[in-house]
Amino acid sequence: MGRYVLRRLLQLIPVFIGTTFLIYVLVWAVPGDPFAGKCGERRCPDAFVERMTQEYHLDQSIFVQYYHYMIKLFQGDFGQTFGGVEIRGIIAQTYPNTVKLALMAVIIEAVIGLTAGVLTGLRRTGFLDNLVLVSTLFLLALPTFVTGFVLQWVLGTQWKIINPTVEPDAPFHQLIVPGFVLGSLSMAYIARLARTSIAENRRGDYVRTAIAKGLPMRRVVGIHLLRNSLIPVVTFLGTDLGALMGGAIVTEGIFGIHGIGLQVYRGIVTKEGATVVGIIVILVLIYLLMNLLVDLLYAVLDPRIRYE
Amino acid sequence: MSEPAITSTVTAAPADVSTVVGTEEQAGAAQRDKPRGLLGDAWRDLRRNPLFWISATFITLFLVMAAFPGLFTSVDPTHGELERSRNGPSADAWFGYDVLGRDVYARVIYGARASIIVSVLATIGTILLGGGIGVLTGYLGGWVDALLSRIADIFFGLPFVLGAIVILFSFNPPGSSRSVFAIEMLVVLALVVLVWPVSMRIMRSSVLAAKNADYILAARAMGASTRRIIFRHLIPNTLAPLLVYATILIGSYIAAEATLSFLGVGLRSPVVSWGIMIAESNNYIRVSPQLLFFPAGFLVVAVLSFVLLGEAVREALDPKLR
Repeated sequence: MGRYVLRRLLQLIPVFIGTTFLIYVLVWAVPGDPFAGKCGERRCPDAFVERMTQEYHLDQSIFVQYYHYMIKLFQGDFGQTFGGVEIRGIIAQTYPNTVKLALMAVIIEAVIGLTAGVLTGLRRTGFLDNLVLVSTLFLLALPTFVTGFVLQWVLGTQWKIINPTVEPDAPFHQLIVPGFVLGSLSMAYIARLARTSIAENRRGDYVRTAIAKGLPMRRVVGIHLLRNSLIPVVTFLGTDLGALMGGAIVTEGIFGIHGIGLQVYRGIVTKEGATVVGIIVILVLIYLLMNLLVDLLYAVLDPRIRYE
Repeated sequence: MSEPAITSTVTAAPADVSTVVGTEEQAGAAQRDKPRGLLGDAWRDLRRNPLFWISATFITLFLVMAAFPGLFTSVDPTHGELERSRNGPSADAWFGYDVLGRDVYARVIYGARASIIVSVLATIGTILLGGGIGVLTGYLGGWVDALLSRIADIFFGLPFVLGAIVILFSFNPPGSSRSVFAIEMLVVLALVVLVWPVSMRIMRSSVLAAKNADYILAARAMGASTRRIIFRHLIPNTLAPLLVYATILIGSYIAAEATLSFLGVGLRSPVVSWGIMIAESNNYIRVSPQLLFFPAGFLVVAVLSFVLLGEAVREALDPKLR
């Protein structure tokens, strides 16, 4: 197990470097003067240009820039924006909100998706099954921004059940609807994944044995069936957390949540390369580590899988 | 290499593939007692599926809409008269007018084109690039596999929406005056670059599963070249999962294009697109929700038809689900 984890961690390194370098090049290689419009209506003073050029090694090749940036990053220094704001502060302000939103989305999609999937997987006919099939199809077809706008309009401005926008510190109860919007697509996936998986395992020998032993149905489903059917769902949930954080930008925009999505967007528009790269580097790291965690969880869920 | 279609009276597309079933010598016999390939079988199943016909009808409708919008409306979608700004639906304009007094119905019709072009081209690109690399890595293995798989991991690690925003912003900054087609191609490029690893993995795993099958070994024993094995034996037999993925992908690309236009990094006004219309409705949603609902409705129906088609194709191609 230990060796497996070590090998996986070593494999992460080239992927991490490749992905972050790609982002770095895309963000910093934007044609045009990086100082254009950074100092209001006038040209930037030479001292400022010199200082920033030195800070980001702008006069050297992109490889040297990336190298120095990464070295500083691993010492915990995310650098400053052109306006002199510490990027670490920006990240500390915005990341918790996005993490909260993504967690809320994952919880909602797991609870609703799994319930729907398990119920329909156990009984593959009837009204409920058809209802879930049709509604998941609709969820799959609805882009996030449509769901977001419609729910905001109906629940927020028509029925006035929720605040149409979320307060700056994003309390959990206000994130329920945005979380639902963000997770709606994945919820449909999970419901279908769980349904197929349960239906497949329902015919398994071990389920028949468990029933024949006279175990109560609750135990057969809850312990035997669920644990065996959960593997694809857990895989999906794990990789989805990272994907949701990266995809939260639309939801954040609609509900006015101060998260990383909006910060990245603003960073790109105002050419604050360091902000964009800093935020995405953490995102990539979370994504890769979640993938690793999911692989390790396999062994917990399914003892037949062993990592030597 | 590829002789004209021998079997299959069905359509042109499955014809190429079903030829694999019979070799050239058997061609005559094949014509009389036609052995159907995987796709021939799937097509027979598809024809019986009402879902397929419903989604195919809608898709045809959207394709005609994209190709000849003039058939559905004679109104200029960019012609605005401010005095009729945000007028509700009426006999003149079924869906009402938007803020600038432009006919929403005409705009929704003309908006189909951008979505269809981008999603179809991006899907073809993704399948060709991802599928091609998937076949190579799966069949060749070794260092080619290791290298290309790591490269795929790198692209797979990029968050999709943020990655697309960064790419499109770098190559298509606001204020740049690129032609509509150039921007559409950029959107296609961004989608392909960010999504190809998924189709590569699908193709790679099905090639890995098929590569040691007896018919491949037989072909190799008979001295077939690598190229011939890949194109005549491997690809036709491993294409099914990728095809299913492709039909669903078109639907999600329609949604993705709209999302990028909505975020202001894809197509921009005065080009007509569903995403742009939904973005423009943003500020008036309280007073004129119809500005949101009509383009959103079209968008959802378009995505839904492709998702349904994907479902039908999957059911036809995947015998396990029956």
